[in-house]
Amino acid sequence: MDQDTPFDLSLTEEQRITRESMQRYARDVLREQARDADEAGALPSDFLGRAAELGLTLLPIPEAAGGAGMERSPLANMLNIEDLAWGDFSLALAMVTPRAFVNAVLDFGTEEQQRRFLEPLAREEFVPATVALMEGTATFEPSQLRTRARKTGDGYQIEGEKRLVPLGASAEQMLVVAHLEGEGPAAFVVEQGSAGLSAEEQSYMGLRAMETATVRLDGVTVPEDHRLPHFNLQRLVDLARIGTCALAVGSCQGVLDYVTPWVKDRKAFGEPIAYRQSVAFMVANINIELEAMRLLTWRAASRAEQGLDFHREAYLARVCCAEKAMEIGTNGVQLMGGHGFIRDNPVELWYRNLRSVGLLEGTAVV
Amino acid sequence: MINLELPQKLQNTRQMTHQLAESVFRPISRKYDRIEHCDTPEELHPVGQMAAGMRGGDGKKSGGDEVKNGANLQGIVSVEEMCWGDVGLMLSIPGQGLGNAAVQAVGTPEQKEKFGSLYCAMAITEPEAGSDSAAVQTTARLDGDEWVLNGEKIYCTAGQRCDAVVIWATLDKSQGKAAIKSFIVPRDNPGMKLVRVEDKMGLRVSDTAAFSLIECRIPYDHILGSPEIAQTEEERKKAFGGVMQTFDNTRPQVAAMALGVARAALEMTREILEKEGVAADFSKSLYNSSALEAEIYRMEADLDAARLMTWKAAWMADNGQANSKEASMCKAKAGRTGNAITLKCVELCGEAGYSEEQLLEKLARDSKIIDIFEGTQQIQQLIVARQQLGLSSSELK
Repeated sequence: MDQDTPFDLSLTEEQRITRESMQRYARDVLREQARDADEAGALPSDFLGRAAELGLTLLPIPEAAGGAGMERSPLANMLNIEDLAWGDFSLALAMVTPRAFVNAVLDFGTEEQQRRFLEPLAREEFVPATVALMEGTATFEPSQLRTRARKTGDGYQIEGEKRLVPLGASAEQMLVVAHLEGEGPAAFVVEQGSAGLSAEEQSYMGLRAMETATVRLDGVTVPEDHRLPHFNLQRLVDLARIGTCALAVGSCQGVLDYVTPWVKDRKAFGEPIAYRQSVAFMVANINIELEAMRLLTWRAASRAEQGLDFHREAYLARVCCAEKAMEIGTNGVQLMGGHGFIRDNPVELWYRNLRSVGLLEGTAVV
Repeated sequence: MINLELPQKLQNTRQMTHQLAESVFRPISRKYDRIEHCDTPEELHPVGQMAAGMRGGDGKKSGGDEVKNGANLQGIVSVEEMCWGDVGLMLSIPGQGLGNAAVQAVGTPEQKEKFGSLYCAMAITEPEAGSDSAAVQTTARLDGDEWVLNGEKIYCTAGQRCDAVVIWATLDKSQGKAAIKSFIVPRDNPGMKLVRVEDKMGLRVSDTAAFSLIECRIPYDHILGSPEIAQTEEERKKAFGGVMQTFDNTRPQVAAMALGVARAALEMTREILEKEGVAADFSKSLYNSSALEAEIYRMEADLDAARLMTWKAAWMADNGQANSKEASMCKAKAGRTGNAITLKCVELCGEAGYSEEQLLEKLARDSKIIDIFEGTQQIQQLIVARQQLGLSSSELK
């Protein structure tokens, strides 16, 4: 990028148009379906099939692999996630999960691998694919994985357990990140139906609308060329942190937009509760910290977009979002009092979903 | 196009100002904190001359299509760097008073010509009117072709050392906000008496003056803005709103002061801790890091967020966008973050942090006022809340 490029927060025409259509989809489709999906603990039937019409997966796949070959853009991806998450955190995450796999293969795979692994995803209908990084330890650290891979004669054998894998049970293809003995973190494409691969859906406090699975790899073997040679764990983790932050930003914007009219309508002691500073200041602080979250996230994404180092920036965005998103989530419920605790209102759903921001790793790679 | 990095031109501004802060301000920071009451420090005279040459920035486009990174953003970048050196010294640079900003914002071409080169302070606060600036009791009445001012003013930054003071006074107390006007009073006017210069916890080198105005007479053309009192609700809002709009430009500047002070403390803390083997290199997740490292990460996140918010508010002003809410948001975030960081840094560095051998304790004293002046934390939150909720000041008090 030109070194004279000014500090700027304006959208390109293309970004503006895309944002509008994502926001419309979030409002008309995601927000409408969020509650029922959460209660059912499952995506609405054909939800993903219809969401595929947005082209989130198809667009970034290279033409050579049958996709639309749109330019790789962490920034555009981040904006998509922010806009969709306004509608619903977990539905949005489900929608962008295959793209996380696509982005990882684009960044870390050879051209041959891109063609081979992405071609099956380049379809009009939704094809589940995912990245499996998280594990079940409280002290989980992406660079110290318990899932192990070792070199065999003509490939690799993987042993371990991955947790909280989005679409982990249905994924046709899964990028499994494991510690390769003698080398360090490595990434392998594991296909559905591989011997030794099993998955079981797991329920969580939130993210209930989407499929989240515990994936077991009992001596799963993959051929040599299923390992992505240019794998960079830090980049994967950082891009995923930007994605997680964008989920948080969109969802928290939803909280703010929802509580704003509510505190003006709700009367107590003869006037709207919004007239009281203790309520109004809570709204002001949601506003202020949401702005902090958003700008840190945008900066990290913008640096990634420009090819600048963005590890520190993604790290700081995540630190801010982890803390502030939950604060906003809990204050959203607080502002509505008892009403916020009732499942008729969405704030308790957002509260449960936002709890995941501080612990999610490796999902929503932008 | 979204880009949250500074263009080369502003990076150069930052670098130049940083050199000044490092070579001129930082070495005399402790000295003047101890001296406290004095005339303009001699080291600042050349800085004042230099700043006068640069005043206002060029406001030119710095590349890109339509987007300007102009005088506001440039000012923000400079203020942070100077305050990294010393916030009290920056506020003591001759010729750079808040009154100057007011003259620039609302003065006529003649007034800009006449007073633009003077060092103008601003006096709003009174013993009975702080955050509630509409409650000023100082009066102004027209007598022939002169204004006559009577009242008391306190907490006037640079009041002792300036050439003139912009005084807020009411033409008619019964008409509320709309009757409040500002007047330029030369410092040597016999009707305006310097009562005292305050002793303060921090920001000591910057003089904070109290004045009493007794039958203080100034020429008719020393009023800033219109002498008419707005009569309709609409006009009243507009008139006082116009005065308050100055704050949309100055609040990001004050936020930038907090950024500079906090960054100085954070850098010193990192340096001290690194000598003791604390790296804080972003290599482990927050909760797998040591408690010290985690604190540093949290502070850096808050500081960077506050900076980006401040840049955004200035960028909006540069591009003609209404930024009242963003100006208050950045002031609120930077004000409280700056104070929290400097205080935490003292604690993290233990004895060294608390000692006068280092500057950390001074930064922790200086930072407090930044969350108070130019609108307290609570006033900023009120403004943000009113904007977000669409409430008036009579609804959300």
